Amino acid sequence: MNPALILALSACGAALLATCSALVLRGQTAQRISLSLLLSISGLLAIGAGFSGLIVGGGAVTLPLGLPWLPLHAEVDALGAFFMLVIGALLFPVAIYTYGYLRHEERMTPLLVFMPLFALGMMGVVLAGDALAFMLFWELMSVSSYFLVTHEHQHLENRKAGFIYLLMAHMAGLLILGSFATLYAVAGSFDFSVMREAEISPFWASIAFLLAAFGFGIKAGVVPLHGWLPDAHPVAPSNVSALMSGIMLKVAIFGFIRVVWDLMGPGDFQDWWGILVLAAGSSSAVTGVLLALQQHDLKRLLAYHSVENIGIILIGIGLAMLLAHFGHPMLAALGLIAGLYHTINHAIFKGLLFMGAGAVLHSIGTRDMESMGGLIHRMPSTAFFFLVAAVSISALPPFNGFVSEWLIFQTALLAPQMGGALLMAIVPFSAAMLALAGALAATCFVKVFGVVFLGHARSDAAENAQEVDGWMKTGMAIPALFCLLLGLLPVFFVPLMDAVPQALLHASLADSVRAYGWLWLTPVDVVHASYSAPLALIGMLIVGGLAFWWLHPKGTVIRRSRMWSCGHPHLNPRMQYNATSFSQPLRRIFSGVLQPEEHVHVERSAHKLLTTKVRYVVHVGDMAVKHLYQPVGRLTLNMARWLNKQHQHGIHTYLTWTFVTVLLLLAMFA
Amino acid sequence: MSSFAIQLLQAILLVLVAPLAVGFVATCKARLQNRRGAGVLQPYRDLRKLFAKEVVMAAHASWIFRFAPYIVFTATIMAASVIPPLLVDTPLSLTADVIALVALLALARFFLALAGMDIGTVFGGMGASREMTFSALAEPAMLMSVFVLSLGAHSTNLTTMITHTLNTPMMMQPSLAFALAAMVMVAIAENGRIPIDNPSTHLELTMIHEAMLLEYSGRHLALMEWAAQIKLVLFATLLVDLFVPWGIAVAADAAGLLLALLFWLLKLMLLFVLLAIAETGLAKLRLFEVPEYLSAAFVLAFLGLITHYMLEVGV
Repeated sequence: MNPALILALSACGAALLATCSALVLRGQTAQRISLSLLLSISGLLAIGAGFSGLIVGGGAVTLPLGLPWLPLHAEVDALGAFFMLVIGALLFPVAIYTYGYLRHEERMTPLLVFMPLFALGMMGVVLAGDALAFMLFWELMSVSSYFLVTHEHQHLENRKAGFIYLLMAHMAGLLILGSFATLYAVAGSFDFSVMREAEISPFWASIAFLLAAFGFGIKAGVVPLHGWLPDAHPVAPSNVSALMSGIMLKVAIFGFIRVVWDLMGPGDFQDWWGILVLAAGSSSAVTGVLLALQQHDLKRLLAYHSVENIGIILIGIGLAMLLAHFGHPMLAALGLIAGLYHTINHAIFKGLLFMGAGAVLHSIGTRDMESMGGLIHRMPSTAFFFLVAAVSISALPPFNGFVSEWLIFQTALLAPQMGGALLMAIVPFSAAMLALAGALAATCFVKVFGVVFLGHARSDAAENAQEVDGWMKTGMAIPALFCLLLGLLPVFFVPLMDAVPQALLHASLADSVRAYGWLWLTPVDVVHASYSAPLALIGMLIVGGLAFWWLHPKGTVIRRSRMWSCGHPHLNPRMQYNATSFSQPLRRIFSGVLQPEEHVHVERSAHKLLTTKVRYVVHVGDMAVKHLYQPVGRLTLNMARWLNKQHQHGIHTYLTWTFVTVLLLLAMFA
Repeated sequence: MSSFAIQLLQAILLVLVAPLAVGFVATCKARLQNRRGAGVLQPYRDLRKLFAKEVVMAAHASWIFRFAPYIVFTATIMAASVIPPLLVDTPLSLTADVIALVALLALARFFLALAGMDIGTVFGGMGASREMTFSALAEPAMLMSVFVLSLGAHSTNLTTMITHTLNTPMMMQPSLAFALAAMVMVAIAENGRIPIDNPSTHLELTMIHEAMLLEYSGRHLALMEWAAQIKLVLFATLLVDLFVPWGIAVAADAAGLLLALLFWLLKLMLLFVLLAIAETGLAKLRLFEVPEYLSAAFVLAFLGLITHYMLEVGV
């Protein structure tokens, strides 16, 4: 058997073992050790499976599971191997982090059972070799994550979030099932290898594409289907939020690529598919970050950033779909690589951000940014790792977020003229939206880092915060290191990913990316564009080091003094800029999109010019919830009510209905 | 002379000339306003004074506040080092293309804004909020206007882009007019000049850039000020390089380089005289008119892109 397959199946086995051990072991410490140990082993095995699958190549096997006439298949191909790598790269540090995070958790059993099952579900989806296995593990992933979202079910909001999550997950599941059913009707088999070979007509291909796009789009949190995401991700325990935002959304991206690129293939693409994906990506990127800016719940804000980053990934994939359709396989490979590069980048820095948010939550017990502040003094390591992730997600060199966004920009710029006027406008427009999203993300993370970690503590809890333990620090240090490595050495990582476009597009970038030497990343050739993160970093270290060494007087301590207060004698921490005030200019600029509800209550004393108290309340709702979720919900309720009323009638009404139905059927088929 | 040495020299030249440029603008403005002004060398005197002074930091400042000046200064220098004032063909332009250049400036701004938030004064937060908001609107406009040129040159490499402009008749590219207008608007906004921000006031309610620097003193302040001066020259050089590169040296010989130096200084002087006139003639915009100004820049750049696709591709 193939080594990648053995490693991948043992990764699944380790996760399954972790679930079982939770039921056998007694004692909190033993349970915690077994969970962290087995999950980290599972993560390491997944990383191994990913590397060996990408380098050596994968294989397929029929599992001794499933129905007698319908066995389950497992397969590791280049795409699956890459996503195994994504899963492993985050699962491993999260498992280490979990050991520290659960130290004071009182009710652990649900976490111990469902967290490994959740990981198993995600790995199963990636390894599935047929539609049946795919759907089984997909549901395992959705259902087990439901129990994780509702872990703290004593709060009403968590139960609500869990319910909407479960509902949307099943809507998604239904649509995906429809997509597979369409492919099954054409191929006559659930087996992916048969589906790949089957010839599909353009009409049915479009049906399958639409079903897959909406199904996976719901799960990935694409605007305007994203309404469940900002509710569900924050209420889960932070180690689970890291996995959900970091990997589960990527599994949906994987599913989309699997169905559209692999089972159907670039030959079936139509031009509007790429346009749809590009439009969805652009709107997700900008809407996600605009809504993120208006949040003051730290984890909710990060959840909205996941919407943004999914949008960025889809911009890369959408560009690739257009380019593949119009016969530019090399450029399509570049777009696909860019999208996939952002996939692993986002998995790593978003996982790290959620772990950092978890560390803060663990330490001060609230997610509300308005009661944080000054944590860099109390939690220096957490602050440092969070800063690394913040710089990465803001697409700033020399970290990893910049590399993938740079590659997407290159794809958009190198794209030749394709098709009509709409196409001509949408490619530069998506690049513009990417630029806007990137710049707004930087704004948002200045706000997050500034409000949470800098300035003065806004509450007693923040004043007395404690740094987290070594396990949690280690869990955060590993992805921080990955952020830097993926940012510095893309020339080694892109050729590794190259197996994916080779399999899907028969185009390879491995030679061109480092044609000019390993220091320079050159997507096509050196005349077009090149970027060298190592040289930029070395240059900055030299210049910055020289400036510091030359200017810093040796042996003196910098004099500290009180901050300047404009002569005001009593400054207090409440006077600082906070999350709401920081984003006020943007709230005003984009008020047409955000539609903030602002209320100012002024209490006046006897004289109308003398105010005693001013209270400002602002609420920014989610347009998707307001204009899509709630109307659909109301419609469903009304229909149910109507049906309910019909049930209350006497026997003659039922007979009338039966008669009308028979008449209709006769009219149709007779 | 090897091209690497020239690269190093021209980067150092740009960094050293930067205070002079700011002094020149200030003097021009003073003359336009019937004042004598402090002389073109005043920024050098200011820097010397600040470097010699003692640093005082707020009791609450963290390492972010302390290291931000170095990060801002270095990132700005790195950005400046890839822009060629004199010789087109430079090895460092391979390290970072125009997108990376914009990102390096964004890195500097990120840490500048964080330093503003670090002390926890209202001014710092206000400056950070405004700077990041406006730059979030300016940065896409900047990238879009650069992309207009990149699309023509099929490259984001500065050397290739400048060479392309040198070898293409200007009349063939109407989209460049849009790009130029957009980039001038962005350059004014990014450098905090009138009508966006006024670098010479500390009026609390309107300041943006200065609000983040209020707590800085001594060498830290000097580095921040110097970085801002470099940024001004960087943008001016970028405009000159991308849109009117004529006179820039193509080969590394002494005569060509001297001529290029002369041309560069002349073009910069002309640009700064125009800036001084504009700053004297215009009033500062209200804060919430700035987004409209920046959106206009963005729309112009985007129109440039569309024009390029419609009129220039396939011609």
